[in-house]
Amino acid sequence: MVASRLPDAVQGPGPVDVVLNVNGATHVVRIEPRVSLLDCLRDHMNLTGAKKGCNQGACGACTVWVDKRRVVACLTLAIACEGRDITTIEGMAVDGSLHPMQKAFLSEDAFQCGYCTPGQIMSAVALLAEGHAGSDAEIGEWMSGNICRCAAYPNIRTAIRDVRDGVGGVRKDATR
Amino acid sequence: MRPVSYSRVSDVATAIATVAADPTSAYLAGGTTKIDMLRIYAEPSQRLVDINSLPIDHIEVQPDGAVRIGGLARMNDVALAPVVVDRFPVLSEALLLGASAQLRNMASMGGNMMQRVRCSYFRDAEARCNKREPGTGCGAIGGVNRGHAVLGTSPHCIATHPSDAAVALVALDAMIHVQNAAGHHAIAADDFFLLPGDTPEREHPLNHGDLITAIEVPPLAAARNSLYLKVRDRESYEFALASAACALTVEDGTVAEVRLALGGVATKPWRARAAEHLLRGAPATRETFARAAAAELAGAVPQPMNAFKVELAQRTIIRALETLTARGAVS
Ligand SMILES: Cc1cc2nc3c(=O)[nH]c(=O)nc-3n(C[C@H](O)[C@H](O)[C@H](O)COP(=O)(O)OP(=O)(O)OC[C@H]3O[C@@H](n4cnc5c(N)ncnc54)[C@H](O)[C@@H]3O)c2cc1C
Ligand code: SF4
Ligand code: FES
Ligand code: FES
Repeated sequence: MVASRLPDAVQGPGPVDVVLNVNGATHVVRIEPRVSLLDCLRDHMNLTGAKKGCNQGACGACTVWVDKRRVVACLTLAIACEGRDITTIEGMAVDGSLHPMQKAFLSEDAFQCGYCTPGQIMSAVALLAEGHAGSDAEIGEWMSGNICRCAAYPNIRTAIRDVRDGVGGVRKDATR
Repeated sequence: MRPVSYSRVSDVATAIATVAADPTSAYLAGGTTKIDMLRIYAEPSQRLVDINSLPIDHIEVQPDGAVRIGGLARMNDVALAPVVVDRFPVLSEALLLGASAQLRNMASMGGNMMQRVRCSYFRDAEARCNKREPGTGCGAIGGVNRGHAVLGTSPHCIATHPSDAAVALVALDAMIHVQNAAGHHAIAADDFFLLPGDTPEREHPLNHGDLITAIEVPPLAAARNSLYLKVRDRESYEFALASAACALTVEDGTVAEVRLALGGVATKPWRARAAEHLLRGAPATRETFARAAAAELAGAVPQPMNAFKVELAQRTIIRALETLTARGAVS
């Protein structure tokens, strides 16, 4: 939960202590309030899975979950996430075993350079939980916030269908 | 990114008092406009007051059948609310055809009404722009203006209003509910968005510290047969080149009720009153639709790069009306 700070206290513009819950672990970072969740993860927590493609909400490479909802971390302030649960690609594997969606991306070759992949996977798992993977058209529309410059789209859709349909016995439950 | 300071508030009165007391402060909702603006230096440093904990995110049906949408309700949640899908498909579609799934999870309805224009000169802190820096001129006039407006422009600004949801809300005669220290008032959606005129920096009739608490959509039977048609450079995750929010009732081959508003082509969400006037009581035929569309675009002032929008907007209107006529005939 949030540190013992008065809710209305003004923080910044200089560095302040921010307490964040990321993938179930508590981190304390000293950052300026202007620091985005993306920069905080990458530069202050060494969690470099989420990628910076555009830094203006236009590509989805930085997709993470805040309270289990997929968001773009580049337009989210880290300090605004105090008291919320953040999940990143680093939190998807359990006990060293990849999430079914990660496995499906590997087996279906759903990437080339891999830069968009962490964002694609965070979006794809949320997509199934939201129930927006009914058809290829629906998958396309609800995954449009994740751009892939390598255009691995057909394979990404196949990976999502695999997990949706339980191909290879993978679990369907999503955001666990 | 500009430096910012930050505080959280948990009740509406404190939020309003905090922002009203400090001219450098601003509300922070989803941040999908605000953080972008601060990062690209399009807005000055601010004290951000995080309103995400305020209890104004509900979607409620009123006794008279109106739907009241909290200012902090998120685009996706509003779009998927059964009452909105059922009674106001045009609003649900306008929301779902905007931005991306991630952005719609973050973005609030209040923030959507307050989003800034996508004009590339406005977004470039080095460029001339009357909206960002009044009196410096307009980089888009005589510049790259393919995405810009053809309706409601002035010699000072031709930026297109970017919101899709606002187009649907203007068509539906929605009311924007605003609270400040003095109390509460409501503004008709059509009056909430100002034409650029001589003051393109002034986009809304709000005073500093005014908080959008809710958006109320009045009941409208015709809205059950409604749609949002968005034409753009790519199929998804793109702003409109032209769009139409439309509701239609046809009785015995005649237009009984019609609502029409345009996006992507005007400096504000554009209620197509000239077209509506011609349509009401007229035969629901392609000829009528084409005449109404032409009348609405008669006053268009195109730029060298966006002249195609005059034709595109008319085709969009006609297609929306034809689609709804066919649908209405079936149901
Ligand atoms: C890549 C991208 C693509 C997009 N595509 C589309 C699109 O296709 N269609 C579309 O319609 N939109 C689109 N948007 C815009 C998006 O919908 C808006 O950024 C969003 O709705 C703003 O809401 P927010 O809650 O994030 O606002 P914030 O960024 O938090 O705030 C925006 C402004 O509103 C003020 N504000 C916020 N809440 C209130 C309130 N309750 N009362 C008074 N003032 C308030 C803030 O102070 C700020 O000035 C896109 C945005 C991005 C980044
Ligand atoms: S069109 Fe408006 S926003 Fe764009 S440069 Fe001109 S004045 Fe600025
Ligand atoms: S880096 Fe966040 S959307 Fe591109
Ligand atoms: S795999 Fe290269 S950008 Fe998607």
